[in-house]
This record gives sequence, structure tokens and C-alpha cells, in this order.
Amino acid sequence: MKKNASHSHRLSFLYAMIMTVLTYLPIFIVAVYSFNAGRLTSVWEGISLDWYKKLFSDDDILSALGNSLFLGIASSLCAAILATSAALTLPRSALPCKKGVEVLALAPMIIPEIVLGMIFLAFFSLLGLPFGMLTLLIAHTAFGIPYIYTEVRAALVSLDTSIPDAARDLGAGPLRAFFTVTLPMLFPAILSGMFLSFAMSFDDVIISIYVTGVSVNTLPIKVYTQLKTGLSPEIFALCTVMTAVVLLCTGTAALIGKFRKRKGY
Amino acid sequence: MRHRTRATLAALPLYLFVLVFVLGPLVYMLVLSFMTRDGRGAAAVFTLENYRRIFDPVYFDTVLQSLGLACTSTALVTLIGYPLGLCTAFLGGKWPSFFRTAQMIPYFVNSLLRLVGWIIIFRANGLLDTVLMALGVTEEPLRLLYTYPAVVVGMVYVLLPFMFLSVQQVALQLDRTLIEASRDLGAGRVRTFLSVILPLTLPGLKTGILLTFIPSMGLFFIASILGGSKVVLLGSLIEEQLMRAHNQPFAAALSVFMMLLTGIISLLLLEHKPHDKRTDRKNGGEKSE
Repeated sequence: MKKNASHSHRLSFLYAMIMTVLTYLPIFIVAVYSFNAGRLTSVWEGISLDWYKKLFSDDDILSALGNSLFLGIASSLCAAILATSAALTLPRSALPCKKGVEVLALAPMIIPEIVLGMIFLAFFSLLGLPFGMLTLLIAHTAFGIPYIYTEVRAALVSLDTSIPDAARDLGAGPLRAFFTVTLPMLFPAILSGMFLSFAMSFDDVIISIYVTGVSVNTLPIKVYTQLKTGLSPEIFALCTVMTAVVLLCTGTAALIGKFRKRKGY
Repeated sequence: MRHRTRATLAALPLYLFVLVFVLGPLVYMLVLSFMTRDGRGAAAVFTLENYRRIFDPVYFDTVLQSLGLACTSTALVTLIGYPLGLCTAFLGGKWPSFFRTAQMIPYFVNSLLRLVGWIIIFRANGLLDTVLMALGVTEEPLRLLYTYPAVVVGMVYVLLPFMFLSVQQVALQLDRTLIEASRDLGAGRVRTFLSVILPLTLPGLKTGILLTFIPSMGLFFIASILGGSKVVLLGSLIEEQLMRAHNQPFAAALSVFMMLLTGIISLLLLEHKPHDKRTDRKNGGEKSE
């Protein structure tokens, strides 16, 4: 019986390991091919960093990278300001249908991306907004909000409200209490929400394709359009760099989460 | 009262943003879907024609094909992901959270980027063909890229983490003593699985199916990268109507149709929304502390 159990344990472990390796295999393969010296992607011609050099001297790609970074940072900042202030106050506010608005604020998380892209495109052209960075920013803010909102709400549940109350009792005004007590306590939650929303923004293809203008490219759009025309080692290098950035962001968010747990926020 | 006013003011920016940029587009989509096409835009002549068109054989075939692909992918994801979620949850020590993190990381890496690897693998005379021919399994290159199986693999690959994560989460909370009790009372492995493990992990399985099925109708870029133009999804159809045919009302009708379809499927799956014992226990625990 005991032996049987450990046998099935070993099988479980083996299965899980195989699936994990399979999960990472394609990512790994792309990284390996990005160091291939040859132009032909099917033949291995030795290690080189040429494609990375080429990548970082390609003006199109650099401007797309700049756009992506700006968009990611700007949209997660906007989402953080909107979501945090509302997460703290919406339930206490006198606004009508606040429950419904809360559901709507989280809706972009569950609406199929293609539908979201479609309706943004139609709506922005109805409003006559110029397609480009502004429309990208609005769309990315809209789908970044749910990530920050849920993180902050979750943190608020476990927040010890007696501390801000103590600050008020000791004579701090509401703003002072907020900026010196509540905000620092919520900061890790806001930050990890922002990292998630940045990762989603830095990653998004479907919605961005619809809401961008002709002149503004983001990195994922660039990858998608290039993939449709064919593979090149430069694309592999780009993929590897982008994967690294996303891993760095989510890793940081995870570390913040761990830190928070230890601190007990 | 002043307190309430301040709260209202602070909540207002998000409130307005959501009303304008989330509710606005959703309502406009609904209105648009009843309008008539006018060049690249839409004219305010209201009609049901856009919805009737969905059932034209040309388009409805795509809907059916898309549903078929979604069913195939969901079935495969369930077959692979459900056991994966279970068996990693039952491993001891840090392993459950190790595999959880391992599956969660790729979720944040663009699925487009993760698919590039599969292009290299599936390409004619690519990695898979080379390996298979070297092993003598096949004589000719399989040329899997731009075929239906390639799209299915891509779908399964991208969607697997959703199933795995929701199953594992439920399985981790499963009271292990129930399994022991069932075994002690003489139930075999199969019986224990069917009458204890399966019913208790069903909520996770259902969530997993939902999270797999719904996106699998819309991930048009998987079909276009791994399937060429041979595999068309409901999502590809919306994209085509919007970007190439410039038929906004029809694209809106298709989107409404897709949201209805996903809504109905979600309702069916989550019909008996189980009373959330987890939060109950959590809240109870916090109170008693």
C-alpha cells in the first residue's frame, strides 16, 4: 500500500515535470535560435550576438519599444490613480449605481479581447478621437484598472483600519492620514497591481491592433505584423528581450507579494 | 456628510471613466449591431439584417467550425490539465507551489511570443520533422505548420495554464482526510475519484472549462499564425469584417453574438453557483482569531 502510494507519487511528479518542460520548450527554442549566427533559421551556424546588435540599431523597433514602454508606464499610472482612489472611496460615495459601476470597471478582464478591441475601435471613431497614442492609452488604462482595483480591494480587506483611525485621533487631517498612513500601507498592493497591468499592456496585441493609428507601433504589433510576413532571427531576439522584460516585471510583482505577506499587510 | 462628499469626489474620476469608456463602447456596440452599413461607417437605419446574416451558410459555417475547434481544444486542455492540477496538488512539500509558479509565469508572457517557438517546431523541415525523420518515425516531412492540428496544439498550449491553475487551486483546498476516509471505508481508487475527488473539484473544473472555452473562440492570431488562412475562428471573422470588409455593424452583431454565446455557456456551466465555502471559512477564521 505504502509502496503503491509512493509509486503513484513518482508518476505524478514525472507527469508534472514533463508538462513543465514542454511549457518552457518553445520559449527556450526561440531564445536559442536568437543566438544563431546564420540568416537561415533552419541551419545552425554558431553563436553570435549579431541579431541583438541589429535589433538595437533598428530605428523602427526602437521607436516601437519606446512607445510600448511609455504606454505601459503611462497606462498603469493612470489606472493606478483611478483605481486606487475609487477602491478606497467608491463604497462610501454617494454616486448612483456604484455596484454596477464596480462590475463594469472589472468587466474588461472578462470580455473577450477581440470584442473589446472591436468596440473600442467603433466607439473611438464615433467620438472622432485621433487614433494613436491617446486611444491606446485610454484602452490600456481601461483594461489595466481591474488588475489594480482587485489588488487594492483585497489589500483593504486585510488592512488594519485602526492605524489610520489612530492617526486621525492624534490630530492628522484626512489627507495627511491618507498620505502618511493609508497610502504607504497600500503601496505594495498598488505596486504589484501596476506591475501586472504594465505586463498586460506591454503584452497586448489584439486590442492594440484595433486602437492604434497608422503611425504608432507597439512592440507586440511589430512582432505580429513581422510574423505574418516570415520569420527572422531578429524577431527571435526581439521575442527573447520581450519575454525577459515581462518575466522581470512579474517576478518583481511576485517578490512584492511575498514581502507583503511577511510584513502582514 | 462632508466625509461622504469627499469620498464621492475621489471616486468620481474612475466612475466617469468607466461610464464613458467601458459602458459607452458596450452600449454603442449594441446600437451599432442594429444599424445599417454606410460606406466605412454606419447609418442610423435600424434593422435586424446583421443578425440574420450570421446565419448565412458562409458565416455560420465559420461559427460552427469555431465552436468545433473550441470544443476540441477544451476537451484536450481538460484531459491534460485536470490530471495535472490534481496530481501536482497532491504532491508534498513545496512542489504544488513550484508547479503553480512554473505554469503561472508563461501566462504573463505574450502568447504571441510563446507561439513563435511552435512555428520553429512545426515548420516544414523544422525541428519536429528533423527529429522524427532522424529517428526514422517518418520518412517525409510532416509539414504540420498551417494545418488544423497545429492550431489545436497552439490553442492547448496557450490555454492550458487556465485549466491547470483553477483545478489546482480547488484541489489544494480539498480536505485530504475525506480521501483517506473513503479508502478506509473500502472504496477503490476509481470509486474514490468518482464519488469524492471529482465532485469536490468540480467547481475548479468548471471554471477551467469556462476560461478555456471562451477565449478559444476569439484567439484569431493563433489561427492566423499557425493555421494560415485555413482555419477561421469567430474572432477571425470579426477581425475580417472590421479591418478588411469595413462592415462595422456586422462586426458589432458578431461581437454581440459572441458575447451572448459566451454568456450562455458561462450561465450553463455556473448554473448552480456553489456557495463559496472558502470565503466563509476564511471570514469565520478571521473572526475567531
